[in-house]
Amino acid sequence: MPTVLILGAGSDMAVAIARQFAGNKYDIQLAARNVSALSALEQDLRIRYQVQASSYAFDATDFNSHGAFYNSLTAKPDITIAVFGYLGSQEKGQTDWQEASRILHTNYTGAVSVLNIVAEDYASRGTGTIVGISSVAGERGRQSNYLYGSAKAGFTAYLSGLRNRLFHKGVHVLSVQPGFVYTRMTENLKLPPLLTAQPQDVATDIYKAVKAKKNVIYTKWFWRYIMLIIKSIPEFIFKKLKL
Amino acid sequence: MERRLANWGNYPAISCDESTFSQEDQVQDFISAHSSVIARGNGRCYGDASLAKHSVSTLKYDKVLAFDTTNGVFECQSGITLDQILDIIVPKGWFLPVTPGTKFITIGGAVASDVHGKNHHVDGSFSRHIIEMDVITGNKETITCSAEKEPDLFWATCGGMGLTGIITRVKFGLKKIGTAYIRQKQIKAKNLEDLIRLFEEYSAYTYSMAWIDCLQKGDAFGRGILIVGEHATPEELNEQQRKAPLELGQKRKLSMPFNLPSFTLNTLTVKAFNWLYYLKNTKREINNVIPYEPFFYPLDAILHWNRGYGKAGFVQYQFVLPLEKKEGLVAILKRISDAGLGSFLAVLKVFGKQNDLISFPMEGYTLALDFPVRKGLFEFLDQLDEIVLQYGGRLYLTKDARMKQEVFWQSYPNAQKFADIIKTYNGDKLFRSVQSDRLLLTQ
Ligand SMILES: Cc1cc2nc3c(=O)[nH]c(=O)nc-3n(C[C@H](O)[C@H](O)[C@H](O)COP(=O)(O)OP(=O)(O)OC[C@H]3O[C@@H](n4cnc5c(N)ncnc54)[C@H](O)[C@@H]3O)c2cc1C
Ligand SMILES: NC(=O)c1ccc[n+]([C@@H]2O[C@H](COP(=O)([O-])OP(=O)(O)OC[C@H]3O[C@@H](n4cnc5c(N)ncnc54)[C@H](OP(=O)(O)O)[C@@H]3O)[C@@H](O)[C@H]2O)c1
Repeated sequence: MPTVLILGAGSDMAVAIARQFAGNKYDIQLAARNVSALSALEQDLRIRYQVQASSYAFDATDFNSHGAFYNSLTAKPDITIAVFGYLGSQEKGQTDWQEASRILHTNYTGAVSVLNIVAEDYASRGTGTIVGISSVAGERGRQSNYLYGSAKAGFTAYLSGLRNRLFHKGVHVLSVQPGFVYTRMTENLKLPPLLTAQPQDVATDIYKAVKAKKNVIYTKWFWRYIMLIIKSIPEFIFKKLKL
Repeated sequence: MERRLANWGNYPAISCDESTFSQEDQVQDFISAHSSVIARGNGRCYGDASLAKHSVSTLKYDKVLAFDTTNGVFECQSGITLDQILDIIVPKGWFLPVTPGTKFITIGGAVASDVHGKNHHVDGSFSRHIIEMDVITGNKETITCSAEKEPDLFWATCGGMGLTGIITRVKFGLKKIGTAYIRQKQIKAKNLEDLIRLFEEYSAYTYSMAWIDCLQKGDAFGRGILIVGEHATPEELNEQQRKAPLELGQKRKLSMPFNLPSFTLNTLTVKAFNWLYYLKNTKREINNVIPYEPFFYPLDAILHWNRGYGKAGFVQYQFVLPLEKKEGLVAILKRISDAGLGSFLAVLKVFGKQNDLISFPMEGYTLALDFPVRKGLFEFLDQLDEIVLQYGGRLYLTKDARMKQEVFWQSYPNAQKFADIIKTYNGDKLFRSVQSDRLLLTQ
C-alpha cells in the first residue's frame, strides 16, 4: 500500500487529512513534536480503515534533526504533506524577536529544511508527491499578520520553485492555499461562516488535487478569486486600509 | 468563540463561548482557566442540558482506541458519534447494545443521558453495557470508574447530565449480529387499549415501539401502529441482500436548509402517518426485512428536521409512568389532544425494570411528543407535570428545557443523593449548565 507522511500530525487539519488518505487505503506515518499525543490517532486510523499507522518525533524548528528523522522512517513515503504552521502573535513578534523568529522558522525555514531532504530523496528516485500547506496570508502582506504572511509567502515561492525543478524529475509538488479554516489556530477568531472551510473540506480538496496532479489549489476554491481582488488593489489605497 | 447556541429543539438559545479539544491536556487547560463549564456533545438533547456560558465541545475528541472483534468490546474517546461507530462495527458483525432514535449523538452524550432504545425491556439502558470509563472531575483529576470501581462516580455520571465532570473515554460491550437488516413487523392498533394489549402480546421481541395518533377521539382514541423487530439472520434475507449481509448501500440524506413555518412539519408528519396507517397498512399486519437504518433512525434521513418547527423552536415532552399506572397515560393523552397544542404523533415505548441513581428509565410506559413553543405552552406543560407527578412518573432530563425545580426534586427519588455525590466530585460547581442551575443542582 502507498504511504503518506504527515508533518505536524496533531492538528485538526492533519487529522482530517490522515483520515482522508487512510480511508483511501494509504498507510500513514504521523510526525509531530509530541509523539505520545499521536497514539490515539494511530489506533484510530488502524481500526477505522485497516491501514498501517506509525508515529515519529519531529520538530520543524530543530533543523539539525531533520536528516536523521527522515532516515528513521521505516518506509519511504510516497506522499509527504507539510501541515505544520505557527500563526503566533503579530503584535508580540513586532518587538519580541523570539516570537518573530519562531513564526519565521516554523512556517518557512523549518519547512524548507525538511522538504529539501524529502525533495532530494524523491528527485533521486524519480517519484513522489510533496504537498505544502501554505496560506492566502502569504499573497499580500497585511498589518495584522505580515510576519506569518511573509513566512508563508516565502514558503509559497519555495514550493513553486521546487515544482519547477522537480517536474523534470517526475516529482509532483502541490501548493495548498487555504483561506479561513475552523481549527484550533482560529478558534478565538470571528470567522465569516460562508468563507470558512472545515478541516474535512481541506482534506477532501487535497486528496482530489493529489490524484489530479494539480499544481496550486485554493480551499475553499473561491479564495482564488478573493485573492485576485485583494492583490489588485493599488498599493496607495491598500496601505491605508485596516486589514 | 462567543456565539448563539441552542440544542435540537432550538429552544432556548443562549450566547455561549464554545471551545474544542483533541488532547486531554487541552481540556485540562480549558477547565483550569474557567470557573464553570459544561461538556457538549452533538447537541441532540432537546433543551438546555449542554448549554452554559462556557461549553467544551467533545466532537474533536473522537478517536477509536480499541475494537476487539472477537469479543465485541469497543473503546473510544467520548466525542465520537454513533454513526461513525456503526460504520466501523456493523461490517464486522457487531451492533450498538443500545441506541436512541438518532445516530447523531456522541458516546459521551449516550452515557451522560444514559440513553435507552427500543430494546429497553430486554437490554436495559446504555449504562448496562459500560465496562469502564474515564471522567475528569472537579479537581481536574482523571478517574476511571465502573459499576464496581468508584461506583458513586459511575452511577452519578450515567444519566448525570455532565454534572460530575467530563467523560473522556468509554469502554463498552457490543451486540452480535448476523446481518445489517431487521426483520420488522408493523401492526395496526384500533385504540390505546388495543395498543397496550399488543405491546404485552409482543413483549418477547427485542425491539418495540409505537406511534400514536394524538388527534383521535372516542373509540379510536390512541390508535396507533406498533413496530417490533429482531436482527435478521442471513437466511431471512433475500438473494440480493444475502450477497453482502453486513453491508448497506451508500446513504443519501436530505437536509432541511432553513427554518420552515411550523405548520409544515405537522402537515408532513400527518401525511406520512396517514399514508402508513391507511395505505401501506391496509392489512392489519405487515412483515418485512429492512436495513437497520430506517428501522432505528427513521428521522435521520432528513437532516435538520428540527428546523421544521420554525424559529421559535419546540420542546419535547417525554415522561415515564409506572407500569401499573396505565390510566395516567389515558389522562395525559386526553389533556394533550383536548388542548391541541402538541404534535400529531407521539412515541410510546415500554421500559423494563431499572432503578438507578439518576437515570430516567423505570419499569413502565414512556411517551414522547413535540410541542412547538408558543404562548401558553409552558403553563400547559406545568399542568401536565402535575399529572405526571400524581401518577408517580417523571420527565426525561435530556429532553427538558422548562421543568420547574420542584417537579424534578419530587419526581426523582434519589435527587438528594445525586446532589450529594455531585458535591463530592464537583464541589466548586465547576461543571454546571443552564439546566442544572434551573433545577437547583448547582445553584
Ligand atoms: C431525533 C432524536 C431522537 C432521540 N431518541 C432518543 C431515544 O430514543 N432514547 C434516548 O434515550 N434519547 C433519545 N434522544 C436524546 C439523545 O439521545 C440524548 O439527548 C443524547 O444525550 C444526546 O447526545 P449528544 O452527544 O448530542 O450530547 P448533548 O446533547 O450535547 O449533551 C447531552 C448531555 O450530555 C452531557 N454530555 C455530553 N457529552 C459529555 C461528556 N463527554 N462528558 C460529560 N457529559 C457529557 C451534556 O452535558 C448534556 O448534559 C433523541 C434525540 C433526538 C434528536
Ligand atoms: N486555520 C486556518 O484558518 C489556516 C488558514 C490558512 C493556512 N493554515 C495553515 O494550515 C496548517 C494547519 O493549521 P491549523 O489551523 O490546523 O493550525 P494549528 O491548529 O495551530 O496546528 C498547527 C500544527 O503545527 C504544529 N507545529 C507547530 N510548530 C511546530 C514545530 N516546530 N514542529 C512541528 N510541528 C509544529 C502544531 O503541533 P503541536 O500539536 O505540537 O503544537 C500543530 O499540530 C498550518 O500550516 C497553517 O498555517 C491555516
